[in-house]
Amino acid sequence: MINWPTFVSQLFNGLVLGALLALISSGLTIIYGMLGVLNLAHGAMFMLGGYAGWLAYTQTNSFIIAVLAGSIFVMLVGVVMERLIIRHFYSRPHEDQLLVTFGLGIVFVEAVRFCFGSLSKAVSAPAGLVGITPLGFMFYPTYRLALLGIVGVALIALYLVLYRTRIGMVVRAGIEDSAMVDALGIDVYKIFMLVFGIGAMAAGFAGIVNAPVVSIAPDVGESILVQTFVVVVIGGVGSFPGAVLGGLIAGEIISITSMFNPGYSYVMLFVAMTLVLVLRPYGLLGTAARE
Amino acid sequence: MVGRQQPFDALLSRRAMLKQTAALTAALGVTLRFTPHAWAADHPAMGTFPTGASGDTVNIAASVPRTGTYAVQGEDELKSWQLAVEHINIGDPLLQKIAPKVKKGLLGKKVNLLVADSAAKPNQAVQEQQRFINENKIILMTGSTSSAVAVALNHFAQREKILYVTGISGSNDTTGKDCVRYSFRQNFYGETAANAIGPVLVKQFGKNRKAAFMTPDYTYGHTVTKSVNEYLSKNAGWQMVTNQVSPLGTQDFSQYLTNIANSGAEFLINVNWGRDAVLSIQQAKQFGILPKMTLVVPYQLPFLAKETGPELTAGVYAATDFWWTLEDKYPLAKMFVEAFYKKYNYRPEWGANNAYMSFAIWARMVSEASSFYPPDIIKQYEKGITFPSTVGEVHFRPQNHQLVRPVVIVRGKAPRDMKHNEDYWEVVEVVPGESLMQKPDAFGCSLGEYT
Repeated sequence: MINWPTFVSQLFNGLVLGALLALISSGLTIIYGMLGVLNLAHGAMFMLGGYAGWLAYTQTNSFIIAVLAGSIFVMLVGVVMERLIIRHFYSRPHEDQLLVTFGLGIVFVEAVRFCFGSLSKAVSAPAGLVGITPLGFMFYPTYRLALLGIVGVALIALYLVLYRTRIGMVVRAGIEDSAMVDALGIDVYKIFMLVFGIGAMAAGFAGIVNAPVVSIAPDVGESILVQTFVVVVIGGVGSFPGAVLGGLIAGEIISITSMFNPGYSYVMLFVAMTLVLVLRPYGLLGTAARE
Repeated sequence: MVGRQQPFDALLSRRAMLKQTAALTAALGVTLRFTPHAWAADHPAMGTFPTGASGDTVNIAASVPRTGTYAVQGEDELKSWQLAVEHINIGDPLLQKIAPKVKKGLLGKKVNLLVADSAAKPNQAVQEQQRFINENKIILMTGSTSSAVAVALNHFAQREKILYVTGISGSNDTTGKDCVRYSFRQNFYGETAANAIGPVLVKQFGKNRKAAFMTPDYTYGHTVTKSVNEYLSKNAGWQMVTNQVSPLGTQDFSQYLTNIANSGAEFLINVNWGRDAVLSIQQAKQFGILPKMTLVVPYQLPFLAKETGPELTAGVYAATDFWWTLEDKYPLAKMFVEAFYKKYNYRPEWGANNAYMSFAIWARMVSEASSFYPPDIIKQYEKGITFPSTVGEVHFRPQNHQLVRPVVIVRGKAPRDMKHNEDYWEVVEVVPGESLMQKPDAFGCSLGEYT
C-alpha cells in the first residue's frame, strides 16, 4: 500500500535529482549534437567544477563566488581542451574521440586526487539555505528546494541562449547540419569552441551547486556520467528539450522505484532506456537527422 | 678378481656403524641449519612454490582500492603494508615483538611489496593478482577493503594455492561459508561487532526500540545488518522498521533517507562504509533525520569523523578494531602509533593497524615455520598459539582461520572535548574476542585441502 507522504517526498526527490541530471545532460547533448563528439570527460568536468568552487569557497567563504569560480574555470578548461585537443579529432573515427575524452577524464580525476587526496571535501550551503523547511505535508532540506530553483534558472538561461539569441540560432543550426552552417560563411570552428565551453560550463555549474548536497571527491563524476548517458539516450541525442525531459523522467524513475524496492531503482532506469531504444530509437525528442 | 675376504665384524663393526651414523646425522644437521633452501627439496611444487621463494627477494602483492568509494581507506591500508614490509626488512623492534624470529628480511630474503588498484572490484582484484602470480611469482596476496573482494580472493587463493591475508573485510562469510584453507583474517567482523556493541546499546538505550538500518548491497552489508538486527531483536526486543539497501557507490541517498524519515524509527543504524557512509550521514543531517534519530555505526570506518566532521559523530557509538588511544593500554599499540606517525605524520586508524598486523603475523608464521612452503605456514597459523599484538594477546582459531581478538567500542567526542584534531573518539570498552564469536561451525565454514 502506498504511503502518500513518502510518495510525495519521493516525487520531490525525483524532481531535484532529475533537474540536476537535466542540467548536466544538456551540456553533454549539445556538445554531441553540434560537434559529434561524445565527451566521456563530462563527468570529470562535473567534478572539476566542484573542486574549483570548493577552492574558491575555502578562500572567500562565499558560495556565490564558489559557483562563479566553478562554472568559469570549467568553461575555460572546456575551451582550452577543445582548442588544443578535441578539434584534432573532429575528422577522426568515433572510437578515437571516445578514447581521447576517456583519457582526459582519467587525467583530470587523477590530477585532482594527486593535488587534494581522496578525502571528501564539503562545501556548506549559503547561511539562509541551511536546515529543513516544513512544506505542510513533509519536511524537506531547504538547500535541496533551493537547488531546484537554481537549476531551473540555469536551464532557463541555457534555453534563452540557445533559442533566443543569434548565437543560439547558429548553434541549433549547427546541431542540425554543421556543414551547411559552414557553407553559409559562418566560422563554424569558433562556434564549436563556444559550444564546448558552454557544455562544459553546464557540467561545472552543476558540480559546484551540487557540492553542498553530495560532498565532493575525485570520483564524484563517475556514476553521474553513466546516468547522464541514460538521460541523453532517453531524451534524444542532441536535443536540449530532450535532455530536460529525459532528466526529469530518470530522476522520477529512480526515486519512485526506490520507494518500493531501492535495489531495483537503477534496474528500472535501464529498463526505461531499453524501452525507449526499442520503441523510439532516436529518443523521445530526438530525430533521425541527428545521428 | 675377488680379493681376500675379511671377517664381517671387521668391515662393519658396531662401533664403526655408530660413528658413521653420528657423523651423517651431524652433517645433515649442519646442512639443514645453514642451507635455507633445504625445505624446497622436501616439498612438491605448488602455487608459486618453490620458484617464488628461490631468489634473494620474495614478492608479495596488494590489490587495494586507490580509486572509488573505498579509496581513502585503501590508501591508508597501503601505507601500513609498506611500513610493515619496511619493518620486516630491517628487523624493526616492533615487528620483532610480534615475530621474534624475524631478523633482517624473512628467512634471509628481502620482502618486496607490489601494488595495484582494485577500485574495490572483485574481478579487477583477481585479475591483478593473477598477473602478479604469472609475472612476479608472488608468495602472498593481500588487499581488500570490501568483503566482496575478500571473498573472491579467498576462493582464488585456494585455487592457486597462494596464501592470502585479507585487508579490511567485515563480512561473516569471509571466515564463514566462504572461508578457505589459504586465507586468514585479522580484523573483527559483523558477528563480533554485533555482539560487542549490542550490550552497550541495550544498556545505554534500553529495550523495545525502533531502528532503521542502512545497508550496502553486498556480502558485508547483509551479514553485518543480519548480525546486529538479530542481537538487538532477540536480546532486547528492538524492531527493524525499515532496511534501506543501496548499491555500493551511491551518491544521493535522498530516496533512502525519505523512507527512513517516514518510518517512525528512533535509531539510524548505518552499516554503509567508506564514502557511502560519509555521504549518507551528511545527507541524513540535511534531511533533519540527525540529530532527531540516534546514529549508530556498528562497523566503524577509518576517517569517518574526519570526513563528516566531529559534530556529526559526537555521541555516536561504534564498534571498531583499533583506536590510537589504545596506546595508553597496550605497549605495542604505542610503538605502532609512534612508528606510523613518524613516517606519515598522522595517527593510524584501524585499517592501518589491520594492515600492519596482518603482515607482521604472516612474518611470524613464516619465521616460526622456517619455511615458505604454504602448507607449513598454514599449519603454523593453525597451531593456535597465543602471541602479542597491538591489542594484547591474540590467537588464530584453527577451524576457520579467524583471529580471536578484542572488539573496541568507541563513542564520538564532541568538538569541545577534543584535545587535538585527531582526538575524535573515546574508547568506552575493549571487549575480549572469544565470547563474541559464533561457534566454529555456525557459519558453514569448510576450509578445504592443503594441497
